[in-house]
Amino acid sequence: MNEEGEVDDSLHPGLSEDKIKELYHLMMLAREFDEKLFKMQRSGKIGTYASLKGQEACEIGSGYALEEHDWVVPSFREMGVFITRGADRVKLVQGWMGDTRAFQGDENTRDLPIAIPIASQALHAAGIAWASKIKGEKSCAITYFGDGATSEGDFHEALNFAGVFKLPIVFFCQNNQWAISTPRKVQTASETIAQKAISYGIKGVQIDGNDVLAVYKATKEALERARNGEGPTLIEAITFRLGDHTTSDDASKYRSEEEVSPWVQKDPIQRVVKHFQKIGTWSDEYGAKVKGEVEKEVEEAVEKAMQIPPPGPEDVFKYIFKTLPKDLEEEQKELLEEVNEKKSLQDKGDAV
Amino acid sequence: MVAAINQALKQEMSKDKSVVLLGEDVGVDGGVFRVTDGLIKEFGAERVIDTPLAEAGIVGASIGMAVNGLKPVPEIQFDGFTYQAFHHIKQHMARFSQRSSGTFHLPMVLRAPCGGGVRALEHHSESPEAFFVHSQGIKVVMPSGPYDAKGLLLSAIRDPDPVIFLEPKKCYRSFKEEVPEEEYTIPLGEANIKREGKDVTIVTWGAMTRVCLEAAEKLKEENVDVEIIDLRTIWPLDTEKVIESVKKTGRAVIVHEATRAGGMGGEIAARIQEKCLYNIEAPILRVTGFDVPYPQFALEDYFMPDVFRVVKYVRRVMSN
Ligand SMILES: Cc1ncc(C[n+]2csc(CCOP(=O)(O)OP(=O)(O)O)c2C)c(N)n1
Ligand SMILES: [Mg+2]
Repeated sequence: MNEEGEVDDSLHPGLSEDKIKELYHLMMLAREFDEKLFKMQRSGKIGTYASLKGQEACEIGSGYALEEHDWVVPSFREMGVFITRGADRVKLVQGWMGDTRAFQGDENTRDLPIAIPIASQALHAAGIAWASKIKGEKSCAITYFGDGATSEGDFHEALNFAGVFKLPIVFFCQNNQWAISTPRKVQTASETIAQKAISYGIKGVQIDGNDVLAVYKATKEALERARNGEGPTLIEAITFRLGDHTTSDDASKYRSEEEVSPWVQKDPIQRVVKHFQKIGTWSDEYGAKVKGEVEKEVEEAVEKAMQIPPPGPEDVFKYIFKTLPKDLEEEQKELLEEVNEKKSLQDKGDAV
Repeated sequence: MVAAINQALKQEMSKDKSVVLLGEDVGVDGGVFRVTDGLIKEFGAERVIDTPLAEAGIVGASIGMAVNGLKPVPEIQFDGFTYQAFHHIKQHMARFSQRSSGTFHLPMVLRAPCGGGVRALEHHSESPEAFFVHSQGIKVVMPSGPYDAKGLLLSAIRDPDPVIFLEPKKCYRSFKEEVPEEEYTIPLGEANIKREGKDVTIVTWGAMTRVCLEAAEKLKEENVDVEIIDLRTIWPLDTEKVIESVKKTGRAVIVHEATRAGGMGGEIAARIQEKCLYNIEAPILRVTGFDVPYPQFALEDYFMPDVFRVVKYVRRVMSN
C-alpha cells in the first residue's frame, strides 16, 4: 500500500477488507492508549512512558501475522503488539505503573515482559526458538528491537546463533531513525540494517514500516520460512518515532520540525484511511464509530487500572526464589514490622 | 572431581530429557577440562551443543531455553569470561522470575571453573562468587571436592531457581574421593561441618577447604581444635550453621581465595557480629586474596592464601 493508500494487487497479502478494518481498529486502539498514557504520565499517574506513536503499522501488522503459540520477545515500545495479541487491557496500563503483577501469566503465556537492556532480549528469543526446535514444536519466536539495538553485541550474537543453528525466529527491527538523540547514520556505516543479515547467512528484508499490509506480509512470510525449518529472517521496517523517546525526553533538542513533519504526513493510520476512501468504504460515521469504541475501551481499562490496590510490602520478596531462604524471610519480617510501625505512628498522628 | 561432575550430568541427562548442555568446545572436545567428555556421543549434538564463541550468547540463549521449558546447563569455559555474560546474569538470570511475577522461573545451571593455583593464563584464575551473590536472585554453589560436586550438581539441576555452579579448577584432578555410583543429592543452602572442633571456627568454601583442613591438622599439634565449615552454597548463606558454630567456639576466621574488599568474608563477619557479638572472644579475621587483580602466575603463590597464612591467622585469634 503506497502513501496514497493504493494497494499493489500483485503484492497483496490476501487479507479481506474486513480484516483490514480490524487492523485499522487495532491501530486506532494503540494510538488511543498511547495518547492516554502520555497524558497520564504528565499528570503523574504512571511512570516513564515510551510512546509508539507513528509505529503502529509495524506493531499491529507484525503482531497480526503471529499464531497464538508463537513467542513474543519485546523491547519496551511494543504495546501495539501486545494489544494485537489480545493482552489484558487493564494490565497494559498497570505495567506502566511499576507493577510487575501486570506481567504475570500462566503456563500458556507466550508474551514476555518488556526488556529494558537494549538488544539483550534478542538472545532470549534465540534460546526460546532453539528450545522449540529441540522439542520439535512448531512455535516460532519474534523479537523486537530498534535501530540503535543493532549496534549492541547481543544483536550480533543473537543473529549469529540463529544463523548457525537455523532457529525458527524472526528479528523485527523497527528502524524509527533515532535512538534517543542518536540518528541512524551514527549507529552503522551500513547502507541498510537489512543487509547485515547477509553476514550471518540469513535472510534479510527491508520494508516500508508504515505500510501495515507490507509489514503483515513480510512477517507472515518470515514466520512461514521459520516454521518450515528454513531459518531466521531479519526484517528492517522503516518507520519514524513521531514522539519524544520517552516522557523524560525532549526531541526538539536534537531534531527539527522539518525532519518530523513529512513523517506526520506519512502517518500509518492515515494511510489506511486513504485506502478506505479510495475504495469507497470510508465514511465519517465509521471513523467516529471506531474512535468512540477505542476511547471507551481505553477509558474503561484506565479506570480499572487506577482501582487496583498497589502492591504491598510482602510483594517485595515474592518470586525471587521459589521458596524464600531463611535470611530473606528475616528481612521480610523486618520490613513488614517496619511498615506496621509506621502505620500505627501515622494513625496516632505522630511523625514517622 | 571431573569424573564426578561428568557422572552427575550423564545421570541427569539420561533421566530428564529437558536437560541440555551448551558452551564452547563442550561437545566433540568434551570441554577444555574434559568435564563433558563423551556426553555428545551418548546424547547427540542437539543436547550437547558446541556453540559459537560468545559468552553473552550462551547465557542469553540459555535463559530463553529455560523460559521455553528446557533445563539448560551452559558452561562458560573460564571464570574470567563469565564477565562477558555478566549483563545476562545480572539483568536477566537474576530477575526474570521477579519481572514476570513468577511466570518465568529459570531452571538453569551456569557452570564455570573457578579459582587459581594452576599456573593458568591471565583471566583464568578468578573467584567471582561475590559478584553473583550481589546480583541477587541467583543461587551460588561451589563444591570443595568430588563427592560434594556430584550431589550438589544434581540438586542444582533439579532446583527450580537459577544456579551458578563454580568448580574450583584446583580440585578438578588434584585428589580423589569415594563417589557412589548411584544418584544422591546434597541440599542447596546448607553448609557442611567438614571438621568438628571446639576452639575456633573456620568458615570457607571451594579449594580453600582443603587448605584449611591441612592447617587444622597442624594446629592440632598446638592443641588448637579447629572446626571447619564448608559453605557449599555461598548464596543463600547458611547463617544459622555458622552462628551455631561460632557460639560454640567463640572465635571465627573466614578463609576465601577471592579478594578481601567487597568479598563474602566481610558479609559473613558482619552477620556473626550482628547475631552473636557477646559470644565472640576475639576479632573476626579474614584470610583472603590480597586486594589486587589476580596476579599472573609467576606471582600467584604469594597471592593465594595457604596453610602458613591460615595457621598464622588462627594463632592470632587464639592469642586474643
Ligand atoms: C544496554 C542499554 N544501554 C542504554 C540504554 C538506554 N536507552 C534506552 S532506549 C535507548 C535507545 C534505543 O534506541 P533504539 O534501539 O533505536 O530503540 P527506540 O528507542 O528507537 O525504539 C537507550 C540508549 C538501555 N536501555 N540499555
Ligand atoms: Mg530507534
